[in-house]
Amino acid sequence: MTEFDSPDAPRKNRVSAPIRGAKLGPVEFLRFAWRLLTSMRTAIILLVLVAIAAIPGSIVPQRSSDPNGVSNLYSSDPDLAKLYDQFQLFDTFTSVWFSSIYLLLFVSLIGCIIPRIIHHWGVLRAAPAEAPSSWGRLTERRLEPATGGIVASLDRAERALRAKRYRVLRDGDSIAAEFGYLRETGNLVFHVALVGILATLALASGFGWNGQRVLVEGQTFTNQLSSYDTFHPGAWFAESNLQPYGLTLNSFTPTYVHDDVKDAWMPVDFTADMTVTDSTGIHDATLKVNDPLVAGGSSIYLLGNGFAPVITVTNGAGDVVFDQPVVFLSQDSNLTSVGVVKIPDGIGDGLGMQGFFYPSAVKLDSGALASNSPEPTNPTVTFNVYTGDLGLDSGASANAFQLPIDTLKQIAGRHTGVEVVLTPGDTFTLPDGLGTVTFSSLSRFVGIEIRHDATQLGVALSAFFLVAGLLAALATRRRRVWVRVSGTARNPKLEWGAMSRGDDPQLDATVNALVASARQGPNDKVATV
Amino acid sequence: MSSLENISLIATYSAMAVYTISFILFAVDLAGRAESMGKPVPTRWLRSAMATLVLGWTIHAFADITRGISAHRVPWANMYEFGLTATLVLVGVFLGLNLWRDVRYVGAFVSGFALLALGIVTVNFYVSVSPLPPALQSYWLVIHVCVAVLGTGFFATGAALSSAQLFQHAREEGKLGGRSWRFLSAFPASDALEALAYRILVIGFVFWTFTVMAGAIWAERAWGRYWGWDTKEVWSFIIWVLFAGYIHARATRGWRGRPAAVLSLVGFTAVVFNFTIVNLFFKGLHVYSGL
Repeated sequence: MTEFDSPDAPRKNRVSAPIRGAKLGPVEFLRFAWRLLTSMRTAIILLVLVAIAAIPGSIVPQRSSDPNGVSNLYSSDPDLAKLYDQFQLFDTFTSVWFSSIYLLLFVSLIGCIIPRIIHHWGVLRAAPAEAPSSWGRLTERRLEPATGGIVASLDRAERALRAKRYRVLRDGDSIAAEFGYLRETGNLVFHVALVGILATLALASGFGWNGQRVLVEGQTFTNQLSSYDTFHPGAWFAESNLQPYGLTLNSFTPTYVHDDVKDAWMPVDFTADMTVTDSTGIHDATLKVNDPLVAGGSSIYLLGNGFAPVITVTNGAGDVVFDQPVVFLSQDSNLTSVGVVKIPDGIGDGLGMQGFFYPSAVKLDSGALASNSPEPTNPTVTFNVYTGDLGLDSGASANAFQLPIDTLKQIAGRHTGVEVVLTPGDTFTLPDGLGTVTFSSLSRFVGIEIRHDATQLGVALSAFFLVAGLLAALATRRRRVWVRVSGTARNPKLEWGAMSRGDDPQLDATVNALVASARQGPNDKVATV
Repeated sequence: MSSLENISLIATYSAMAVYTISFILFAVDLAGRAESMGKPVPTRWLRSAMATLVLGWTIHAFADITRGISAHRVPWANMYEFGLTATLVLVGVFLGLNLWRDVRYVGAFVSGFALLALGIVTVNFYVSVSPLPPALQSYWLVIHVCVAVLGTGFFATGAALSSAQLFQHAREEGKLGGRSWRFLSAFPASDALEALAYRILVIGFVFWTFTVMAGAIWAERAWGRYWGWDTKEVWSFIIWVLFAGYIHARATRGWRGRPAAVLSLVGFTAVVFNFTIVNLFFKGLHVYSGL
């Protein structure tokens, strides 16, 4: 970090370029390349390059943080998306080019700090440095009468330095003292901690995993692979890593307030009442935003919520072919939501319904419905009903929230003259004796994320040492002080000299305080000057 | 709109008016230094400039506190409030710094920048007090944004000194001659300006390190992961890396001086970019601007 070029630090700023035209042997070339890579200039350039290389990660949607953005671009501009993909722009932070820059940076960093650690280890065990041969080069110099004799005044100087926690070497008539080893120690700790973060990510992230699940009120999630809607295992994940527990959503309660200025409803609280069943028993728990739940060694987060109307469908023979809550995804702050019902078998050639849900439906002048509040004051579902092959048997993966309406035949709903508008308890009779559709009741759902992150502890520890090292390095100044005897035998004097590594506007005051303290002896009260 | 909220807004506009006077006085002082014969020294306008700045800051602090009281929470939960508090901290850092060192010569820069930033957030991003959405209901809002505001204040003051350093450097090389640049001779030499800028930017860097870490801890609780390369996280990372580069540059022969100062200004540009363009035009999880 700071003062990489301090005089006795091994990192060299001067990279001796090979003489033009001179042939380099492979060993010399490697040595030259290594020195170039571990030089400070290279480190600065790599830092700036890392900053520049991160910019695309904020402009182009990333697969890791915004997968929808990526698929949207693929549908709106496939050529551009393909081009982006070729340059790994959707995966900036795992791309070859970004990785090579930061790996080079870390190789450069490690190549720099290892010699410095060895050097500093030696310095920590060595005596303070001897005074420079040219005393006149020192930043601060003081000449003091050696009151009470040479030995006594040197003793007082030594005590004054030790009282200020200088490391002191007394050698006959001279004293060498040094302070502030913590600066380089903190500096090195900071850099080692950076390597610690990277090493943790490299070694431990493979043990992590995360999965998502939509849970409707009354439903229970059991922690096994098949219970997740989506699951992202790390490289070393095994299903046996999932500890058994169950999680029931008893109820979900959102609270909204009306903002009169914006004339809009704002959520102020989301609370999910859960029951956790694990090896320790059955207990109730509350899950909120910003307040994750811990179960089975992993954390459970509340990430989304919405309405799940319970829809019941019977076929022409009166058999119930579908009876379950249907998750509707909200589209706006008043929770106007869309959902899809797919019944491939048991009713005609297959039945598909595209639904719209309005928690508090009002009729606009145009005749269309809208929701004027996120609270279910007048919950209403409308459907567009289609028959035909839903394509679920073909084996191709299908989006649960889309119907292949181009290949289906619409039999009811918008533009057919037969509107399907249901409030709880309402039943709609499908045309041609196909059956009935009932909005049986209304539930809510939550989207939860369950995550096990094996890197947290290592990164947190590294971050702690990073901050501690940074603060220690910045708060400490490396100072060297020397005292020697001069003057005549009848009029002996102590000569003080001091210098600091780097800028040190306080050095003058520090030396004054040391000299004053040595004049009095560090334990006596210093008379106010 | 509650009456206290109204009072806060009126105080904000009053603070801007007083900052305008202060900025003019700082500018008159610099121009006066350029006009006077012999070695330019601070003019009598400097004292009035400082006095008006302190007055403006007091009104500004009143606006910020009443905003917090009327919202029943910390006054930095949306873009307007962040801007209101960050400019307060910026002027506060500048005033506090003057108790330690005389840096009044960058007063025109600081008052001008604070006025501009405060004007932009008030005119364009003003929103009335509204309740916090669940994602922001966390004591990490207090910690994370507070250190971000402090970091921004120090980065801005450092940027003021780094720009003064660049002008001074050019003048020392004889590139900025003539009467209009004479006021620079009342400034410290470029290497003294650099040493001061460095000390302030290092404090900014420490605050920024805390910002990123507090943000990561909060992100872990709110979003289930401590780092996910959200657009705001990307830019916080870029800023951290740029200032890390600056700190290294300052200790490296060949990078010390002008290149390091340029890097510091690039870093501050990224800070401003992160607050404006990223908030307004980039998609991400930090959509708290309330627009």
